[in-house]
Amino acid sequence: MTSLQIRRPPAPATGAGGRRTNTRSSASRAEGRWGYLFLTPWFVGLVVLTAGPMLVSLYYSFTDFSLLSTPNWVGLDNYERMFTADDRFFAAVRVTLTYVIVSVPLQLAFALGIAVLLNRALRGISAYRALYYLPSLLGGSVAVAVLWRQVFGREGAVNVVLRGLGWENPPTWIADPDFALYTLILLRVWEFGSPMVIFLAGLRQVPQEYYEAAEVDGASPVQRFFRITIPVITPVIFLNAILQLIGAFQAFNSAFIISGGTGGPLDSTLFYTLYLYIEGFTNFRMGYASALAWVLLGIIAAFTAVNFALSRFWVHYEDGGR
Amino acid sequence: MAILEHSAPASAREDAAPVPTRSRQRPRLTLRRVVLQLFLAAGALAMVYPIIWMAASSLKPENEIFRSATLLPEIWQWQNYIDGWNGLREPFEVFYLNSFIISALAVVGNLLSCSLAAYAFARLDFRFRTLWFAVMLGTIMLPYHATLIPQYALYFELGWVNTYLPLTVPKFLATDAFFIFLFVQFIRGIPRELDQAAKVDGAGPFRTYALIIFPLLRPALVTGAIFTTIWTYNDFFSQLVYISDTARYTVPLALRMFLDTTGESSWGPMFAMSTLSLLPLIIVFVLFQRQIVEGISTTGLKG
Repeated sequence: MTSLQIRRPPAPATGAGGRRTNTRSSASRAEGRWGYLFLTPWFVGLVVLTAGPMLVSLYYSFTDFSLLSTPNWVGLDNYERMFTADDRFFAAVRVTLTYVIVSVPLQLAFALGIAVLLNRALRGISAYRALYYLPSLLGGSVAVAVLWRQVFGREGAVNVVLRGLGWENPPTWIADPDFALYTLILLRVWEFGSPMVIFLAGLRQVPQEYYEAAEVDGASPVQRFFRITIPVITPVIFLNAILQLIGAFQAFNSAFIISGGTGGPLDSTLFYTLYLYIEGFTNFRMGYASALAWVLLGIIAAFTAVNFALSRFWVHYEDGGR
Repeated sequence: MAILEHSAPASAREDAAPVPTRSRQRPRLTLRRVVLQLFLAAGALAMVYPIIWMAASSLKPENEIFRSATLLPEIWQWQNYIDGWNGLREPFEVFYLNSFIISALAVVGNLLSCSLAAYAFARLDFRFRTLWFAVMLGTIMLPYHATLIPQYALYFELGWVNTYLPLTVPKFLATDAFFIFLFVQFIRGIPRELDQAAKVDGAGPFRTYALIIFPLLRPALVTGAIFTTIWTYNDFFSQLVYISDTARYTVPLALRMFLDTTGESSWGPMFAMSTLSLLPLIIVFVLFQRQIVEGISTTGLKG
């Protein structure tokens, strides 16, 4: 989304501003009415499906709402229970943070590494790009989660190979609390195609003169990568980090399918979203689930805010920052 | 997309050899290039190997999946596809049809409602336009959990649970605000002279939208349609929440049910249906690779 920052289109493209007439003629007032008319569907959606539900969700989080009975106000009970008496909540937070903090940097590293290798005149470049991208398109599907469940199962493909190599008792991967989450992280990292495509677009914007100048000065490829490529594309790294972070916090399908909807073994794959689903739609504790949703919103907002705050120390915009 | 036009020399021609200055190095680096090619080819194979392995296993008898390390089946078990297709209470054509119906409605809804809103934001002058635009951008990043429970309660009250309405009606209310942003960017690249000419000819905003902007928006609409299709077809969570009747199941829900009912006992048919379920995505990708790559690289659309 914000990749327009690095592209610097000739006309300022951000914000909805633009030309503004000084005097509002009757013609422009008519245009104003038209504007709201065109926005009507969006406004209805905003009020009925976004803003309204957000407020209601906040209200529900202070109630014992369970869908079928009228909600009773319980004050801060839901939040209190969450932070003092709910081990599964802490398990969910721990699992989700581990997932995010391990998978996002790894995924971005692979995405950037392959993008750099692919960013040159190369025979078959579009085929490579397509093949590296493909898991990103397919990886979130139920079908691939099903595949993962077999491959990393007790008698799955991985263990068939490992036994073939002479390992008598390999781990049981998705059935082992120490490994289950890491098979999900592997699945996530495998889907590095879409950040890779964004990196490729960013790398094409790096001015060639920089590399030529560095080559004249005798800089090695490694130096060129760290001294030129990385600093110039920091806005793209930042964009990718934000996008992947928000995406990873909301991951659901893989954990649901691979753990059979339980988050097991021993809650080791209990993603936050999965716990929210279990509380809201299996146990019908919808008030509690609403409170969980608001805490998740807070966590994601905090991570994003920290990222933005840190970005001023390492993200450089070519045009002097915005 | 409009962004793309401005920076066309660099990114529009993705497949053109990008770096003329490096070509003079080519003779010197022959060996290195061969190594690079081998490395990239091996990496690409490793990336898609799991999918290939699943497709191959879908044609093997049960015991061979677990025993044999070779990719090609010893016995070609096409029966897996027949068993899988009819493995649930409803045959899979029902689930495919359901998935396609929801996807098609979502596409129509997104393209109509988002292009209407985008036209207003990009071309019309009205009070608080900047404010509403900021609100719209803000909703893009909002996690769906923030609205999930009250939305469910609302649909429950309306009697919409276990119908496709919760999955499609919101698309007609421009809730996928991302596409509004995409279309606004594109409309800004359309010359205003065209609107002005239409105005001189006496066309009001609606006719300008319908006869000038909407047709010219086509490339962005195609991108919107592709991503809406992919997201809807791949969606699992909202379908899981809202659809409970097997006859109304979509492909992902059917796969999950298959896994639950047959357990770990019939991987062949399970893989057969999983492989088939990826086919529409792969076809869309092959047909629209350029639009997908451009959509991701210019806007950060989730692929």
